[in-house]
Amino acid sequence: MNATVLSSTTAPAARPARRCRWCDTLDAWLPKLVLAPTFVCSLVFVYGYILWTAVLSLTPSRLLPNYEFAGVAQYEALFENERWWQALSNLAVFGGGFIFICLAVGLLLAVLLDQKIRAEGFIRSIYLYPMALSFIVTGTAWKWILNPEFGVEKLVHDWGFTDFRFDWLIDPEMSIYTVIVAAVWQSSGFVMALFLAGLRGIDDSIIKAAQVDGAPMPTIYRRIIIPSLRPVFFSSFMILAHIAVKSFDLVMALTNGGPGFSSDLPATFMYSFAFTRNQIGLGAASAMMMLMIVVAVVVPFMYSEMRRSRHG
Amino acid sequence: MKTLIKTLHAALLSTSLLAAAGAQAADVEVLHWWTAGGEARSVAELKKMLEAKGHKWKDFAVAGGGGENAMTVLKSRVVSGNPPTAAQIKGPSIQEWGAEGVLANMNDVAKAGNWDGLLPPAVASVMKYKGNYVAVPVNVHRVNWMWANPEVFKKAGVEIPKTWDEFPAAADKLQKAGFIPVAHGGQPWQDFTVFESVVMGVGGPAFYKKALVDLDQASLKSPTMVKALETLQMVRKYIDKDAANRDWNLATAMVINGKAAMQFMGDWAKGEFSAAGKKPGKDYVCVPAPGTASGFTFNIDSLVMFTQKSADAKKGQQDLATAVMNPEFQEVFNLNKGSIPARQGMDLAKFDDCAKQSAADFTASAKSGGLVPSIAHQMAVPAATAGAIQDVVTQFFNSHTMTPKAAADKLALAAKIR
Amino acid sequence: MADMSVAHTAGASKAGRFIIYGLLALVCLYYLMPLFVMLSTSLKSLDEIRAGNLLSLPGGFRTDAWVKAWDSACTGVQCEGLKGFFWNSVSFVVPAVVISTMIGAFNGYALTMYRFRGSDLVFGMLMIGCFIPFQVVLLPMAQTLGAMGIANSTVGLVFVHVVYGAAFTTLFFRNYYVTIPDELVKAAKIDGAGFLRIFFSIILPLSVPIIVVSVIWQFTQVWNDFLFGVVFSSGDRQPITVALNNLVNTSTGVKEYNVDMAAAIIAALPTLLVYIVAGKYFVRGLTAGAVKG
Repeated sequence: MNATVLSSTTAPAARPARRCRWCDTLDAWLPKLVLAPTFVCSLVFVYGYILWTAVLSLTPSRLLPNYEFAGVAQYEALFENERWWQALSNLAVFGGGFIFICLAVGLLLAVLLDQKIRAEGFIRSIYLYPMALSFIVTGTAWKWILNPEFGVEKLVHDWGFTDFRFDWLIDPEMSIYTVIVAAVWQSSGFVMALFLAGLRGIDDSIIKAAQVDGAPMPTIYRRIIIPSLRPVFFSSFMILAHIAVKSFDLVMALTNGGPGFSSDLPATFMYSFAFTRNQIGLGAASAMMMLMIVVAVVVPFMYSEMRRSRHG
Repeated sequence: MKTLIKTLHAALLSTSLLAAAGAQAADVEVLHWWTAGGEARSVAELKKMLEAKGHKWKDFAVAGGGGENAMTVLKSRVVSGNPPTAAQIKGPSIQEWGAEGVLANMNDVAKAGNWDGLLPPAVASVMKYKGNYVAVPVNVHRVNWMWANPEVFKKAGVEIPKTWDEFPAAADKLQKAGFIPVAHGGQPWQDFTVFESVVMGVGGPAFYKKALVDLDQASLKSPTMVKALETLQMVRKYIDKDAANRDWNLATAMVINGKAAMQFMGDWAKGEFSAAGKKPGKDYVCVPAPGTASGFTFNIDSLVMFTQKSADAKKGQQDLATAVMNPEFQEVFNLNKGSIPARQGMDLAKFDDCAKQSAADFTASAKSGGLVPSIAHQMAVPAATAGAIQDVVTQFFNSHTMTPKAAADKLALAAKIR
Repeated sequence: MADMSVAHTAGASKAGRFIIYGLLALVCLYYLMPLFVMLSTSLKSLDEIRAGNLLSLPGGFRTDAWVKAWDSACTGVQCEGLKGFFWNSVSFVVPAVVISTMIGAFNGYALTMYRFRGSDLVFGMLMIGCFIPFQVVLLPMAQTLGAMGIANSTVGLVFVHVVYGAAFTTLFFRNYYVTIPDELVKAAKIDGAGFLRIFFSIILPLSVPIIVVSVIWQFTQVWNDFLFGVVFSSGDRQPITVALNNLVNTSTGVKEYNVDMAAAIIAALPTLLVYIVAGKYFVRGLTAGAVKG
């Protein structure tokens, strides 16, 4: 395939190109020039704003930003805030659970769908469609389903099993898990698509060779197929981690952080302190902590992955 | 309906014609979260009035979470140097915005309209920053109401409790008769609403003011506060297990359809009863929460005016402020919203008995000193402090291990957050 | 996992296939339940909703709620339903998607085919940019847009979406272009073709699958966005998500769940349509290389 592409597309280019001295220089600079706007935007609108947030976290800003220096008072206040620690531990539970379950479910579904299933396209669409919905829609629908008064619990009661309890949504100990249920529903189909794509990209001949050698299928999956999906794990992890850290709309629509503040996440914590409670300084401090967590988790992972791809 | 549309059309047409002719037509942009049917109709009334004066109404509604999203939008707009004409802001937040120096002085309009004479001092002081009017009130809600279904009380054979001491006995009987005594939605602000009514009922308006408005440390840690928290714990026993995260209007529906006996909620709950075709006094009764008959916790919605650049925009803003204080608007808006007009001396003939009682109690409590701002509805203390106190209240309400004493200490700690 | 082996070996046992199909069907139910609940609720009357349960079917085919959501539900002072907001959304979603996809394509191309010192660093930097919580950027962005004179305008909103979407599109295109053999570009370079010429005559024609992926991803992200839409749009040009939120979140008043659900589905229709129509190409596009990195 490469050969045909090559011959057909390079043919016109083979004509003697008019050359000029500055054309070459320009051409050498073009890639960088093309990247420059994005690079500058990223510098200003991501790193610049992070810096700005860092500055704000050291000020006593309340309703609107102000720039007096207040030392690390906001961080001290943050660490004394029980709600913040609740939000952090929720992020650990939610992030861990959400990413792990999505990867597991996504992989399992992809493997199942890859067994030459009839109506694959149809089933795939069903798994994928939640990704198309906004978290506001998802939250509203799941709020109904998980609500003990209207949802699954009532349904099972109506069937005659009146002892059945399913009240995670209103149980402060369990409410964060309902967020996982809804978030997995929304995102696992996308992960499935990524894995399915990965499986389709694997060279059949390797598997055939292993089969000829008499390796049983589970071994082939464990030893050959799944390890070769490593890049997919990486991409999926990046996308899921990004969703987990930013999860905001879903919590707002599903539990609004409740009962009490039992299902608060750092993103909702930051939002409500910075914008509703007029404590922008404290909000900025919490945002900085969030960013540090992201950097601590994601950067080493990304670094090792990129080194790998360069050397491997 | 058709005529309404026609007049709207005509109004729109005329304003666009006026604008084309270069007459004084300013864009009046009001950031609000009145999006429910009745509220939206009330605001549409305001729109009509302004359009009659030749201004163009740019609607700017952002609903959700009691204005949480709207506040985010407002801050962004102000920071970008592009504030709306007015925004729905209330209570001490007006002072915080005033301190940022972005609010417009409305003294001329106030003088022309004799606001000082029409607004009770308690309301007027909320609307002023450093003695200057910067906001205009649209209504007065009473928060310390209890909504009861008399049918349910009759079936259980008990009287509606008037004090917190009477409450447990009545609630027990209701429970035995198979009813849920208290309809509640376990959202932080609802927990907080019940809390403030309990504090007032147990300690009286003076104690309420000392503890929750002046944030007096000794009062917050006092035995009275502990007793109020114990009472709150007692009330919690009479709430059904599914209450957590329930919307307030669903709790109201439980009272309407006779599943539950009573609910502690502000007078916006009336809208739910009216929508279900229920009549006050007959199908439902409104009584002050136990022990709070002499008190009145108020929640006033107001429109705060932001500094405008152009003269046209200023004119539009002044007309807006005048229109809000117009008795017709105050009547229409409050009939729809369940509240009472902020403007005094109005004819209340069209209002129902609950509103009339609210208006009478408002005047009486203003004289007796029982008129206090609601802390649960952001009227009493700055948002940061109210939020911290709310966190403690909702944590206590949802916890089965925290003792009232420990909660009182935490309250005192939270009250120090500024 | 044991089942798969059975499936793959020559005489796939019927039991194994049965279990696979059973599992897939069961998961389908989990995925479909919310949609079913939303659809059936939107077709019920309020009384039916109060009386029935989650799975109870609507008594008849009532479209009142749909008509109301589209035509007459209140989203503020106007009670004209969602119809006007649809166009508002389209007017900024289309340019935002087109521009960010184009930028992503150029970036991905420059990052893979013309590696330079520090190009990996640039890429890593862009990636970390994906993780910035959007709540953090609201205020500084508002200030910047105000200074640029495009605060609360469609242009400003498109700008914001392009800035924060470009990192993702760059990721997609970069991972896709990594799989295109270097020789292709090298040969063209030897033939004297320049940066742009190679892009337009060789790379772009090969990019159709990944363009589909990028467009689908960006379209759903931008269409479904609420936070930027509410903060950076002008008051009278609010996107449909903001209108939906206004419609669903009534602070006081009777909740009309059927209208809420109908409105939610209406707001989601374009993205649903995109997924259903282009879903096939989506997986194909991903297969073609988006996930190799």
